[in-house]
Amino acid sequence: MNNDSQGVMGWLNYMQDHAGYLLSLTWGHLVMVFCGLGLALLVGIPLGVVCAKNEKLAPWILTTANIIQVLPSLALLALVMIMLGLGFKTIVFSLFLYSLLPIIRNTYVGLKEVDAGVNEAGKGVGMSAWQLLFKVQLPLSLPFLMAGLRLAAVIAIGVATLAPLIGGEGLGREIYAGLNLRNNLKIYAGAIPAALLAILADIVLGKLQDKLKQGRRQAKV
Amino acid sequence: MIQFEDVKKTYEDGREVLKSVNLDIQAGEITVLIGPSGCGKTTTMKLINRLIAPSAGQIRIDGQDIAKSDPVGLRRKIGYVIQNIGLFPHMTIAKNVGVVPRLLKWDRAATDRRVDELLSLVGLDSEIYRSRYPSELSGGQQQRIGVIRALAADPDIILMDEPFSALDPISREQLQNELIRLQQELRKTIVFVTHDMDEAIKLGDTIVLMKDGNIVQTGRPEQILRHPANDFVKSFIGKKRLANEHQPDELPIVDEVMVEHPATASPTRGLAEAVKMMEKRRVDSLLIVDKNNRLQGSVSIYRVLDQYGEESKTVADVMKPVEHVVQTGTSLSAALQIMSEHQLSNLAVVREDRQFVGLITRGTVVSHMAGMYASERPGESDHVAV
Repeated sequence: MNNDSQGVMGWLNYMQDHAGYLLSLTWGHLVMVFCGLGLALLVGIPLGVVCAKNEKLAPWILTTANIIQVLPSLALLALVMIMLGLGFKTIVFSLFLYSLLPIIRNTYVGLKEVDAGVNEAGKGVGMSAWQLLFKVQLPLSLPFLMAGLRLAAVIAIGVATLAPLIGGEGLGREIYAGLNLRNNLKIYAGAIPAALLAILADIVLGKLQDKLKQGRRQAKV
Repeated sequence: MIQFEDVKKTYEDGREVLKSVNLDIQAGEITVLIGPSGCGKTTTMKLINRLIAPSAGQIRIDGQDIAKSDPVGLRRKIGYVIQNIGLFPHMTIAKNVGVVPRLLKWDRAATDRRVDELLSLVGLDSEIYRSRYPSELSGGQQQRIGVIRALAADPDIILMDEPFSALDPISREQLQNELIRLQQELRKTIVFVTHDMDEAIKLGDTIVLMKDGNIVQTGRPEQILRHPANDFVKSFIGKKRLANEHQPDELPIVDEVMVEHPATASPTRGLAEAVKMMEKRRVDSLLIVDKNNRLQGSVSIYRVLDQYGEESKTVADVMKPVEHVVQTGTSLSAALQIMSEHQLSNLAVVREDRQFVGLITRGTVVSHMAGMYASERPGESDHVAV
């Protein structure tokens, strides 16, 4: 509690003094989130497509993703750690699992929302199933996918603060150091940037989502 | 050009949408498939580009069984315009129109040229519209794009599935006219599905009338209007159009116009009875027929009241002989001629043996006219005051 009396100024000073270190933690944090999300996109979009194309498989896939989603984050991290051991890959894999549901579900919903007339037109003009998917259905479900990505990103940034518990990097390290040392400044220095990152991700991806919605205007009869 | 041979379509749930369709669609013509909803017209059309597969039978295009062709390749060779327009909302107008040429891997310059050419064909300035999105266009403009998209790769066959039904009446009219104009130039084989008989008559070279999965009648519009195959066709065409087709050489005959059960009385009725009957039927005269239904004469309320005091008299005593009658099958115009010439308020219709069958009055003529010109569509006839 030694630095408490210095208030906001003290915190700003601390941030300034440790800017390099904090930036590297932020970078580490982002790298984990990006890797987790990237993997989730790579796996989640195809699974969403499978769900939309195969109504029999859809409940299985969505329920599995749902179960993963409701596991407490700490429990999930611990379980993954048992399998993969400590370190970067464990946290990335956990973030991947956590981001999966919003991406699968939104891809699925987005594809289902594509107007039946547009689908029929695509088929009718002679698009193959793949062409229909890549030229029409996926582009049209992009705003939905974006909403899923946004949700996934915010969750992932939050969960990533737990990384130090299983030997990962990121802003969580500063928070735990603060907890251990009873140093509030350190806690703030980790928690506030992490929160800002989440807010920033939400705003930026929200803007992108709006832009996509406007760009992909729905035809009105 | 396109032949259907004993084509059937039954869905898995046992619904029989097409029972046995045999059809020969001529090249260079607009063939309109028409019928009430659920008659199988859209199914028939979608069989052609294999959006639906038949349960039995064969469909040939230029003699080739289409079941043996690659469906994707087949569809690229057949233009397709759908009901709710179906433009791709995320593509610009130029991209939408050029979608088939791109699928066919035309080079870019050729596709661009073709897009400009097609836009100008329907009177849309390509400078303005190329880069717009479908949602920025009116419904009529969107469907113009829908039509030229189908024309883009210059297919021989174009399928149109109720393409103008979602449009407002003015745009629909314009697009129909444009289609007629385009067709005069292009001479495509067009299969056009609609439920609107006016549209079918306006656009169709051949009309195929369907009901419950069967073809009821096929023919030129003129043929169908003049010689409807059965009551269903008649009712589908509607009295209005049948009557219009009769004009000017075939006015309706008196049988269609007359009242079939006008107020009649036997010659032995008393005068008081006659007054009571007129009161009840709300008429001012009675026709007197004998027990064999032969017309004897007529009495008016004035003559009856004139002699009312004499209780022993019957209507036979006061009736006037009927001087003017027409025979069944006489044209209405001839009957009207007689009525106006002799200042008659009504005219009896009789058979050859003078058996009375009905009566034409001014009222019946007016209501017949109203019936002819009032629309067949429910709701609209209410507005015609008679």
